[in-house]
Amino acid sequence: MIEVVNVNKLFGDNHVLKDISTSFEPGKVSMIIGRSGSGKTVLLKCIIGLLIPDSGEIYFDKREFTKSNIKFKTQIRQELGMVFQGGALFTSSTVEENVRFPLDLFTNWSKSEKQKRVDFCLERVGIKNANKLYPTEISGGMQKRVAIARAIVLNPKYLCCDEPNSGLDPQTAILIDRLISEITKEYNITTIVNTHDMNSVMEIADSINFIFQGNNWWQGTKDDIFNTDNKELNDFVFASELCKKIKKETT
Amino acid sequence: MVIIANIGKYFFLMIQVFSRPVNKKIFFKRFLQEIEQIGLNSIWIVAIVSIFMGAVLTLQVAINFENPLIPRYLIGLSARDTMILEFSSTIICLILAGKVGSNIASEIGTMKITEQIDALEIMGVNPANYLILPKILAALFTFPFLNLMSIILGIVGGLLIAVFTDVVSVFNYIYGLRYLFVPFYVTYSLIKICFFAVIITSISSFYGYYTEGGALEVGKSSTKAVVYSIIMILLFNLILTQLLLT
Ligand SMILES: Nc1ncnc2c1ncn2[C@@H]1O[C@H](COP(=O)(O)OP(=O)(O)O)[C@@H](O)[C@H]1O
Ligand SMILES: [Mg+2]
Repeated sequence: MIEVVNVNKLFGDNHVLKDISTSFEPGKVSMIIGRSGSGKTVLLKCIIGLLIPDSGEIYFDKREFTKSNIKFKTQIRQELGMVFQGGALFTSSTVEENVRFPLDLFTNWSKSEKQKRVDFCLERVGIKNANKLYPTEISGGMQKRVAIARAIVLNPKYLCCDEPNSGLDPQTAILIDRLISEITKEYNITTIVNTHDMNSVMEIADSINFIFQGNNWWQGTKDDIFNTDNKELNDFVFASELCKKIKKETT
Repeated sequence: MVIIANIGKYFFLMIQVFSRPVNKKIFFKRFLQEIEQIGLNSIWIVAIVSIFMGAVLTLQVAINFENPLIPRYLIGLSARDTMILEFSSTIICLILAGKVGSNIASEIGTMKITEQIDALEIMGVNPANYLILPKILAALFTFPFLNLMSIILGIVGGLLIAVFTDVVSVFNYIYGLRYLFVPFYVTYSLIKICFFAVIITSISSFYGYYTEGGALEVGKSSTKAVVYSIIMILLFNLILTQLLLT
């Protein structure tokens, strides 16, 4: 479980995160939704420690993270997988080397053990015959899959994804979403996914946090969304004509 | 003000760079990669520039020393000393600042804007140490060899002029090469190039590492890396010459 307690983050005068408190449970896909620029990425980066909150605490299974020392942070980070918005694969390494990188760093496994694990993870995300290719030689959807494979190679307890399906076509996007959801359930991972894509939310969200102007504005499940009278959330969720129509039909 | 802030940021980065690598095997692999990229890949440009400049220097000195009172062997001597004192260290590093510096800044800058550096940090790696330290050490290790190679090839370039033209005889040229040779000049040259190696790699890494934005900013970082490397090389050239030769 990841707990966020009274987190504030400012960039100069720009108060991006305003006293955010929430928690994320294991075995569930928790989604953080909100408009572009609402502070989703900043929140995620605070959680994983790439940004330091100006105040507040983050707990990974009761272990305080933000104020802990480097050694302890490194330990938690080995339990944490992250899928960045653009994939963030190392462009000078092959697909296989990218996935193997965390193993090289943190395990004393033999070459064949590592290879077995790499092959297993790549197969799990549905990548075949691309081991020796470079990230620039594969499609965007495949890059995301490889990024997921790299994030789960050390068997993480926590998985964070920043807009994992941005820039993908709807069909590929759904496959990536389902993959994240399946992995979460399979290994009982505490998964946090940032998105502004309502399709993903309807597809895989187990719990939802709606960030509005830096506030944790609304929290609930998929079904709650249809029954809420929260104006800002309704404006966000049912922005398109299609969604408005769906809402009218379901309620 | 900006300059002082930047100097502070630079030294802050260097503290992170000079920490102990997490994994020695991976570090050594990175070191070898950088030796190839920074050192071996620069051999051709250094060789070509050195031969041509040695040849041209010899030609020009020979043409300008037409006064019969000046002994002809001074041509060899001046080619030798110019190569050792200035050309093979300072000028070669100005060229390498362009080649190696822009390469480093754009590589690290691209990694920054595509979140590859964040990804490293998240995996529990110190990105500054992982990316930059091997570059600095590889340059420190390879640049002295490039320096010696440049001196030798420059002198060979002059020798080719002596062989293929009649501005100076081979005998006089070689006599000049051996005349009043000061071994300390080579040491001086090597000391300088070690400083320049650190300047080029660390300054270029610095500008790459603090790139924010997109492809345009990577280009800007790359330009800044080259410009500031050159300025610092010239400044340190002056300081080191004052300290070592006077
Ligand atoms: N490194 C930074 N420096 C200054 N401002 C930032 C930085 N990162 C994000 N911001 C600001 O924080 C706000 C939220 O950004 P972000 O979290 O990226 O939004 P999104 O919800 O689209 O992911 C934006 O107004 C952005 O300008
Ligand atoms: Mg974002």
